[in-house]
Amino acid sequence: MNAPTIWIIAPIAFAMLLLFITNQRVLSILGGSFAVSLALIAQFAPIEEAMRIGAFSLKIDSSLNVLGRVLLIPPAEGSLLALIYGAAALWFFGAQASKTAPRIVPFGLMITGLMVASIAVEPFLFAALFIEMAILLAIPLLTSIYVPPGRGVVRFLIYQTLAMPFILLAGWLLAGVEASPGDLALAAQSAAMLGMGFAFLLAIFPLYNWVPLLMEEASPFIAGFLLWILPTITIIFGAGFLDRYSWLRSSPQLIIALRSVGLLMVVTGGLWAAFQRHLGRIMAYGAIAETGFSLLALSLDSKLGIPILFLLIPARALGLAVWSLSLTVIKENVETMRFAAVRGMLRITPMAGAGMVLAALSTSAFPLLAGFPARLALWESLARVSISGALWMGIGIIGLLTSVFRSLAVISMAEEYTTWELRESPTQIFMLGLGMIGLFVLGLFPQTLQYFFSNLPAMFEHLGR
Amino acid sequence: MALTLAWIAVVTILLTSVGLLVARDWRWSITLLAIQYIAMFVLALQHWPLGMASVKVVAGWMAAVILGMTRSGLSNGNLAEENIWPRGRLFRLFAAGIVVIIVAGVTPSVDTIMADAGFAVTTGSLLLVGMGLLHLGITAHILRVTIGLMTVLTGFEILYSTVEGSVLVAALLAVINLGLALVGSYLLIAASSKGAEPA
Repeated sequence: MNAPTIWIIAPIAFAMLLLFITNQRVLSILGGSFAVSLALIAQFAPIEEAMRIGAFSLKIDSSLNVLGRVLLIPPAEGSLLALIYGAAALWFFGAQASKTAPRIVPFGLMITGLMVASIAVEPFLFAALFIEMAILLAIPLLTSIYVPPGRGVVRFLIYQTLAMPFILLAGWLLAGVEASPGDLALAAQSAAMLGMGFAFLLAIFPLYNWVPLLMEEASPFIAGFLLWILPTITIIFGAGFLDRYSWLRSSPQLIIALRSVGLLMVVTGGLWAAFQRHLGRIMAYGAIAETGFSLLALSLDSKLGIPILFLLIPARALGLAVWSLSLTVIKENVETMRFAAVRGMLRITPMAGAGMVLAALSTSAFPLLAGFPARLALWESLARVSISGALWMGIGIIGLLTSVFRSLAVISMAEEYTTWELRESPTQIFMLGLGMIGLFVLGLFPQTLQYFFSNLPAMFEHLGR
Repeated sequence: MALTLAWIAVVTILLTSVGLLVARDWRWSITLLAIQYIAMFVLALQHWPLGMASVKVVAGWMAAVILGMTRSGLSNGNLAEENIWPRGRLFRLFAAGIVVIIVAGVTPSVDTIMADAGFAVTTGSLLLVGMGLLHLGITAHILRVTIGLMTVLTGFEILYSTVEGSVLVAALLAVINLGLALVGSYLLIAASSKGAEPA
């Protein structure tokens, strides 16, 4: 038994079997339970250590050879796998409430398996190939074969596909820079290639126009899943580049570039969100700002930045899961998610309205919610190195908060004497309630995550040390 | 002999990629795409053994067949080209000319960066990347977008074959090409649907 088989091949194989099941509840329970099982095994079963179970002795090897290359999951990555599959379980359990289980559970599990493969493959720059395969699988997840695809889906496919050649070529050039560190021209070329690749993959300004389009066209729950898993794993993959190449890690220009791009994402995400009149587009800009926060964390001294980066991940996962589920429930009851159409929705879908507001507040660093502790630490650390950077981050957060209060005003703006007419199903109420409690728990007791995250920086050889 | 063949492949790539830009009949597009993969095979042979280079052409042809078979089964109604500027042949030829000039200008420096891959190989791959990007820039039509992406990837694969000889990478790139064709077919079928999902 080896780790890549358990956390890459088994989920993909299981997902293929799930393609034949159409029952929402069965799919949701099977997919969610499977993901939780994988998360628990990752957290508690040691890799490369013999375990005694009764009369049997079991050892999980860390590597698997495929066509002369290696898929490697070292013991230090156990907590990361637990985090990834644990967060994926959130979406799978919520799939029944969003009525998207036949698509998100099998395809989501396959995409999660491929994204884990992208972290595991050696040489690590081949990750771009696995990410591209995940992107291709995301298309049938996003669109139904019975509905003409919109511009957002096509742009998503184009932009994400264009990232792969840049990353692969950058990986090859970086090896050349390692061999001759004095070649500044080659270093600049490889950094430019790498920058372009990650700009496409992470939907960095101005290459993020597909995100709001996708949120308008596709199911918010499915788009939310992709807006969580793709940037999260890509940022970990990007941190891997920094960890491996010392000249890249120690380059002051890269730190400035990461900070500037992160701030640009936070500020544009926040300000654009403040002026939107569509609930889906507001979430899209919220997700863009989330990516900005992660980039800002990467730009800090790695001893501070890497723990903050890992602290941002569960908050992003839970926040986007609650936000996207809430929007899915709201979308079920209105023609579009434009402000004009969702006026007074709080009286029809109160839990979804509350979930949307709380999740958006969490993204906006509102105290007591999941996003607050990581953003506070980030803001404080950023202020130590750049006061102007901290001010710009504040402007972005004000923009996000403005969008939340505008949304709240619109959904609570019912005509006078309008009666309450609840249209949420018990499953939707239960899942949204659970998610909102989770947002408060992560906000009030962020130290509970410390147990899971204390070993995470060990997955990097140099970063966070 | 090998060099002559490589330059013939470059000329073929120029003709097919420009042809893909100006062709309005999907049958021509698919045929030109298939020919483009033969040219790619010749250029990949400069650095790869026959077996591995063959994977490229076989995967490419399969991708072309997938797209062709899907398109042949659909009516023209919902798949008509978008009626927006720029769509004139003259404009496309002009834009292709600019791409050719840019490629001619950057080929020597890219060739140096790519460990002296060979002028023919570098020119061919850059032509494909440039024409593919141009294609993506002037259309939102699903079949054309898919062909544009496949053209860009073909160009990249030629260039990457000069520095990477891994079997796993060749296999994964073949899977991605086939996957792209399948996704293109899926989107083509979706684009031709009336928008009513069966219960």
